[in-house]
Parts: sequence; structure tokens; C-alpha cells
Amino acid sequence: MTKTDQLTIQTAAGKGDDCRSAIADQNTELNAFLEVYENVDRTGSGGALSGVPVALKDNMLVKGEKVSAGSKMLEGYTATYDATAVEKLREAGAELIGRTNMDEFAMGSSTEHSAFGPTKNPRALSRVPGGSSGGSAAAVAAGLVPVALGSDTGGSIRQPASFCGVVGLKPTYGAISRYGLIAMGSSLDQIGPITNTVADAETVFNVLRGRDKKDSTTLSDEVYAQNEERVPAQGGSASGGGVIGVPWNVIDQEGVDKSVAQNMKQSVERLKELGYTIKDIELPKFAYALSVYYILMPAEVSSNLARFDGVKYGLAAEGSDMIDDYLKTRGAGFGSEVKRRIMLGTYVLSSGYHDAYYRKALATRNAIRDELNETFKSVDVIATPTTPTPAFTLGEKSSDPLAMYMADIFTVPANVAGNPALTVPSGVVREGEDELPLGLQLMAPNTQEGRLFAVGKKFLGES
Amino acid sequence: MDKPDIDNLAQLARLELTPEEKDRYESELVDILQYVEQVQEAVGNVDDLTPSFDETDVKNVMREDTDPHDTGAHTKDLLGEAPRTKDGYVQVKKILNND
Repeated sequence: MTKTDQLTIQTAAGKGDDCRSAIADQNTELNAFLEVYENVDRTGSGGALSGVPVALKDNMLVKGEKVSAGSKMLEGYTATYDATAVEKLREAGAELIGRTNMDEFAMGSSTEHSAFGPTKNPRALSRVPGGSSGGSAAAVAAGLVPVALGSDTGGSIRQPASFCGVVGLKPTYGAISRYGLIAMGSSLDQIGPITNTVADAETVFNVLRGRDKKDSTTLSDEVYAQNEERVPAQGGSASGGGVIGVPWNVIDQEGVDKSVAQNMKQSVERLKELGYTIKDIELPKFAYALSVYYILMPAEVSSNLARFDGVKYGLAAEGSDMIDDYLKTRGAGFGSEVKRRIMLGTYVLSSGYHDAYYRKALATRNAIRDELNETFKSVDVIATPTTPTPAFTLGEKSSDPLAMYMADIFTVPANVAGNPALTVPSGVVREGEDELPLGLQLMAPNTQEGRLFAVGKKFLGES
Repeated sequence: MDKPDIDNLAQLARLELTPEEKDRYESELVDILQYVEQVQEAVGNVDDLTPSFDETDVKNVMREDTDPHDTGAHTKDLLGEAPRTKDGYVQVKKILNND
């Protein structure tokens, strides 16, 4: 399960030029990068990421560089400031390499919704890399960079990391500042790392984490310290975690591939061998998370994307009057999935339907959060597969939105409840000529990323 | 959900849609709404909607309205991204009609 031939923070430090030439060789085929930055900044050094090449998802602002969120709507837009996460990368000495492809405005699970063409899965070129951070996951999996940042609103870091056979972390809601991240669903969005090892994900997380006065949802060091005591571990060391809960009722269900359930059994056996106590748990509310997500997220999307109106930045189409300017700009600039979600969000927030959908979803969200908090009183970590299937083929689900949404059933609960979750590679399943990676997802109580790193490292055999 | 609903939603969302897009969204939105209707059964009473924020660690944050940046410090950069400008302002079509 451990990969040895992949780039890490240690092996790739100072090798920005090697990464650039690898991208030049492979990107025509993969389409993982939308742009490699011409401006090479190697001034920062001495920090935890000194000389480490890092790629950014195309929704994080880098002052003076183009940012498009995978959309025609932002064609020609140049960022006027740095995202806080980008600032922290610079301070830690990272070398920013370029921006990676993504589903438009981070909406999708395959990167097929990019306005700049799909990215291919480096493990199987006829397959999708997952999404929406598909370019970032493909870039790390193909060995183009050791670290890429993604953003995760409903699984957009973990699902592509799993499809591409790499490590991906969705931190606790509020762990990392979203200042300068193009917003999708503001009660759900988190930035996080995609890497080849859990140790690297931990290093990047520690660089990025922390209170930022420019994002009022960020958590302070004090909250992290308090929670260490508030949610004590069941056994072993505080960071190690001894009891792992497995909700077989949501794994053994329709829509989850036999190969995925089989792989999960093997992962559980491995966790037992590593000394963890496995506990069967029931999470009856867990399955409602996808419905909650597809109400709250579009509602927030419809509000957040109102800012793209052809007045302040980006595309501007010419209409007969002001309203017509808006209609034509937004009609031409947004792709089909974005428009679908804006329409859906507008519907669930509209008078007459607000109570039936939006309020019910908020109440269900609380119930899901309560269920997880209750469960974490008797287990340290919850383990599930990361995705219900391995990577699907390009075009397979692009005309069926609901089928595409199902790819997120295991990942959305962590966003809905706010919990941190990590995916680690858990082996491969053979389909025809392809060996397709699968992932094990580990979830922990809020702010307990430490437990995820500890279990993840043991699982992958990292020292 | 029918055609007038879709027209109304598109207008509210400020989206000009083609007839093909309207047809497609009409059937797709019905499918998606049918799926997410599960939330109706997930919990009982929604009158009690006090979010358990004490368990989410997210707190409201206020700050003093002080320390502004120098006037005009960012004007050039920001206006440089606006599609239409005039005399240091963002330019839009007139929104009031006299007739």
C-alpha cells in the first residue's frame, strides 16, 4: 500500500525546475495544470516548506496571477491580493508552481465541468480523476508536484485523492482561513492539502492552520488546546486513538460497489493487525447528509455567486439595459452545472419552499452533528470507504447529475457536520486493464486532526 | 415544477437560459428535489431550530471599526479588473427610467 516512487516534501525540495519539466512533458495528456507560473519566486526559505514546489487549485488568489475557478466567467481576471493560505505557503518557503484544473467554481465530482476541458486520471487515462480538485490530485499522483492544495465543500479533496491513489485532508471547519478562496458554500468550504504521504499532509496542515482576522470562522490555538481535553481519546495516547468505529449499515448498501465493501473489510483487518479495537457503530442519520448537502450547498451557491455580475470583474456581456447585462453575462459565463445549482438554490430559498427544504435541512444538519458527537464519545475515529466506487470513465456520469452527486455519499457528512476527515490509499481494484485505487476515509471529532495523522501513518506504514 | 416556474427562477437568479437548458433543468430539478425530499422524514419538529453552535466551536466575531487603509490605496488595482470604468468609477447602464 505504501508508494515509494512518489515525490515528498523531503525528496522534492529545491526541485522546482524538475517539476516544471515533468509538467511540460505530461500536461498535454493529463490537463492537470491550467497554467504554470512564469514568475518564479524563490526568495522565501528556512520554513517548513523551504524550496518545496506546491500547486494551487485554480480558486485561490495569488496576487498578480490569473485565477479562473475553472470558469469562463473569470476569463482574464488577475488576482489583486494573496489568499491567506497562499501567504502562509510563501512564508514557509514554498515555491508556487502553477494553478490546477477543477470543476467550474468547485462544482462537480469529475473535473469534467471545467470550462477548460477535463483532467485525466494518471492511474487510468480513460477515467476521471474525481473532483472538484481533480487537477490537484492528478498533479500529485502523476509525480508532477509533491504537494497541491485543494478545497473541499462536499468531498472535493478526498474524492479525487481517493480516485488517484493519494492522500487528501479536509480539515476541521475553520481550521484554515478561506480568505482569498473563491467561495462556494461558506458553511462547508475548507482548504486542505493533497500529498503522497500522511506526514506531508500533516506538515502542510500545520503551516496553513490558524486564526486569521480576515476569516471570522477560523479557530484559534486555544480552541485546539481546549478540545484536546474536552474530547478525550478512548485508549492509548491522546493523539494515537485506540477505538475505530465502522458503520457497516451505510457501507453495505445499494450503490456501493462490492469491490469497495471488500476493500473496506481488508482495511479493517489491517487496522486490527495494527492494534486498533474495531467497534461496529450505527449512524442512522448519516445517510441523510447528501440530501442536506444538496439543499444547503446550492442555497449558499446561489447567494455567493451573485457577485459574478459583469460589473466588478471578469466577463461582461452587452445587454439592452442593466438587468439584461446581468442576464446575458451570467447566462454566457456560467456552465451547466453551475447554473443548475444556482437554480436549485434559488428554488429552495424561495418563499413557500424555504421551510420545507432549507429549514428542514438545517434541522437535519444539527441531528447529523449530534449523532457524530455522540458516537465520538465511544470511538476515537470513524472509518468508511472514501467513495462508493472506484474512478468512473470520462463521460459516464456527466449527463446524469444525480448519479454524479452519489459519488459524494461518504464524504459530505464531514462537511455537513464540520469534522476533519482524511483519505489514505487502501489498495486497488482491477477493472479490465486498469488498476484503480481505492481510499479509506478516517473521520475524527472537531480539531482532532492529530488522530487522523496517527492512524493514517500507521495504516500506510509510515514510520 | 413547470415552465413558468423555471422562467421565474431564471429571472430571480439573473440567468438567461436557452429553451434547451430550460427543458433540461425542468426535469433535472424535479429529480433532484425528489431525492432531497428525504429531509422531510429525517427529523420531526423543526420549530426548535437552535443550532448547537456551542458544539461547533464557531463563534460570532466582532471587531472595532478602525484602522482603515489609505483612501485610494487599492483603487487602481480594483478598477483595473472592472470591465467598464469611467473617471475612476465602475460604469453601469442607467437603472431608472423616466418614461
